[in-house]
Amino acid sequence: MTTTAGPRPRAKVRLADVLFSGTARVAGILILVALAAVAIFLLAQALPALVADPADYGSHAANFLGYVLPLVFGTIWAAFLAVLIAFPISMGIALFISHYAPRRLAQGLGYIIDLLAAVPSVVFGLWGVQVLAPAVKPLYAWLADHLGWIFLFAPPASGTGRTVLTVAVVLAVMIIPIITSISREIFLQTPVLHQEAALALGATRWEMIRMAVLPFGRSGIVSATMLGLGRALGETLVVAMVLSPKDFISFVLTSSNNTATIAGNIALNFPEASGIGVNALIATGLVLFVITLAINSVARYVVNRRKAFSGAN
Amino acid sequence: MATVTAGSAIPNALASGRLPKWAPWALLGASWVAAIIVFALLTAGAHSDFNIVGAILVGTIAFDVLLVVLSRLVEGARQATNRLVTSLVSTAFIVALLPLVSLLYTVIAKGLARFDIEFFTYSMRNVVGAGGGALHAIVGTLLITLGATIISVPVGLLTSIYLVEYGRGSLARAITFFVDVMTGIPSIVAGLFAVAFFSLILGDPGIRFGFGGSVALSLLMIPTVVRSSEEMLRIVPNELREAAYALGVPKWLTILKVVLPTSVAGIATGVTLAISRVIGETAPLLLICGYATSMNTNLFANRMMTLPVFVYSQYAQPGTPQQPYFDRAWTAALTLILIVMALNLIARLIARIFSPKLGR
Repeated sequence: MTTTAGPRPRAKVRLADVLFSGTARVAGILILVALAAVAIFLLAQALPALVADPADYGSHAANFLGYVLPLVFGTIWAAFLAVLIAFPISMGIALFISHYAPRRLAQGLGYIIDLLAAVPSVVFGLWGVQVLAPAVKPLYAWLADHLGWIFLFAPPASGTGRTVLTVAVVLAVMIIPIITSISREIFLQTPVLHQEAALALGATRWEMIRMAVLPFGRSGIVSATMLGLGRALGETLVVAMVLSPKDFISFVLTSSNNTATIAGNIALNFPEASGIGVNALIATGLVLFVITLAINSVARYVVNRRKAFSGAN
Repeated sequence: MATVTAGSAIPNALASGRLPKWAPWALLGASWVAAIIVFALLTAGAHSDFNIVGAILVGTIAFDVLLVVLSRLVEGARQATNRLVTSLVSTAFIVALLPLVSLLYTVIAKGLARFDIEFFTYSMRNVVGAGGGALHAIVGTLLITLGATIISVPVGLLTSIYLVEYGRGSLARAITFFVDVMTGIPSIVAGLFAVAFFSLILGDPGIRFGFGGSVALSLLMIPTVVRSSEEMLRIVPNELREAAYALGVPKWLTILKVVLPTSVAGIATGVTLAISRVIGETAPLLLICGYATSMNTNLFANRMMTLPVFVYSQYAQPGTPQQPYFDRAWTAALTLILIVMALNLIARLIARIFSPKLGR
């Protein structure tokens, strides 16, 4: 034996390597710290409002819970209506682009829908209040006259068209590109062999989509919808510009008595708020943060789980 | 020897029981014409305006119903369902285009009223009623977005480098997950965070300044930058890295000199798109930057106007007469959309011109 069992050769540790990887790691950790800081600082500023008397910030509710509950209801109600409108349309568009439109046109059509996502929300708000609201006013009057016995359309109808239904329509337009782009990607990932097998068995195009494409994309559709919901929950300017909110719970779609949303309430009252009023608004913001965080986490969890098992990547 | 007499062609077994290809289109045209005629007759009787959108809408609905009935009679229930879904899916697409067309038309038509030199050379200082401009808002938007970009790009890029080149294990998984979650933070929460943070740190509960807006925007921008750069770094072929290692190049130099230059076009595209995403954000700037009517070029002191907030404030707090304020709001909206479109266009051009050429 001539070889000696010396130490294994080790790569030289370079200072620059350590510095560079360290910097990259710090940047990554910084993101986690930032997210934690958002929660901590919001909580720190919200605490005074949680124990204060609501009369101090201009609310006649018994406690903070009574102040925030109508806002939570308004937020979820408007976002729910928006998703209700946006979901079928988005599915239609996504299928149209992925399976119906001629291949050559499809990408261009996708760009057009993405164009909707590029419009700033304040412009949507301006459009909603100055174009859409006057346009739908007669429709609301008609609904209140003829379907007023349904609690959703109880008269009197709004004289301005600035109702929660108008808000929901504008929000729907804003979240359609989000739901569409994610579902479209997932529909396009459907294994071609599945689709061809269905067609070869004599399925019509719709039967092929129902049997091969939709089951494959189900979890993707769910999470895309939840991401859209998250966006609708946090949307501020449209609500602030279109609604003139009240602080009680109302299910009526077509009247001018509408429940405020958390984000809209903050935008309307923050510029004039002072002292404990600022803390109260921050506390409502914290509630919104928790709601959207929960919804987004679930949506991402569903997407990631699907990614691991589908074999599409 | 059997002969086929001319005139009675053998029916094609595969094509029988099917509507001919031109049938749906002919039916669509016929329904539209019929609806337009009916509407024209009705409006002539009622002396009201001719409603072309309504006519097309009614015609389309009539077409859908007729086609399904016809298809059910000729082709059977399964084909009828198929045709129904086809028309529903196409209708969904058209429905989504209506607001886009209406919005772009309105913004251009109403925005052109004040799209003049004065709008781009004056601020709103001491302006009541007509006149004035948005120069202070445009400058504010550019400065605040520049600040946000300066914060977001290094952090986002380094994070994506960490995720692609170094990140293994639970820290990388946590970062990936929370970056995804961060994309869903409502913009107004980012603004509230900036207010809460700076008012505690600087001890001024009513604090308003531009840099706070940059911080709030970077919170929204970082996740977009991370995601797009990460994708771009991942598609750099591993052979390039291995070739560099084989030549004895250290890892950090490989990343700086090989990986980044290869993917720089894609990263620039992603950053530009991220900028276009945050430049239209209103809610956080409304909270932390406030309103101003005068020019302010100092990011670190005093209120600062931005273009989206300008649109909002002109609409929300009009004087009398209202019209000049609304005109300014629409023109600012048009300017904002033009900036966003220009950024999107630049992003596509960068992607096209500077992307590595594959093959010869």
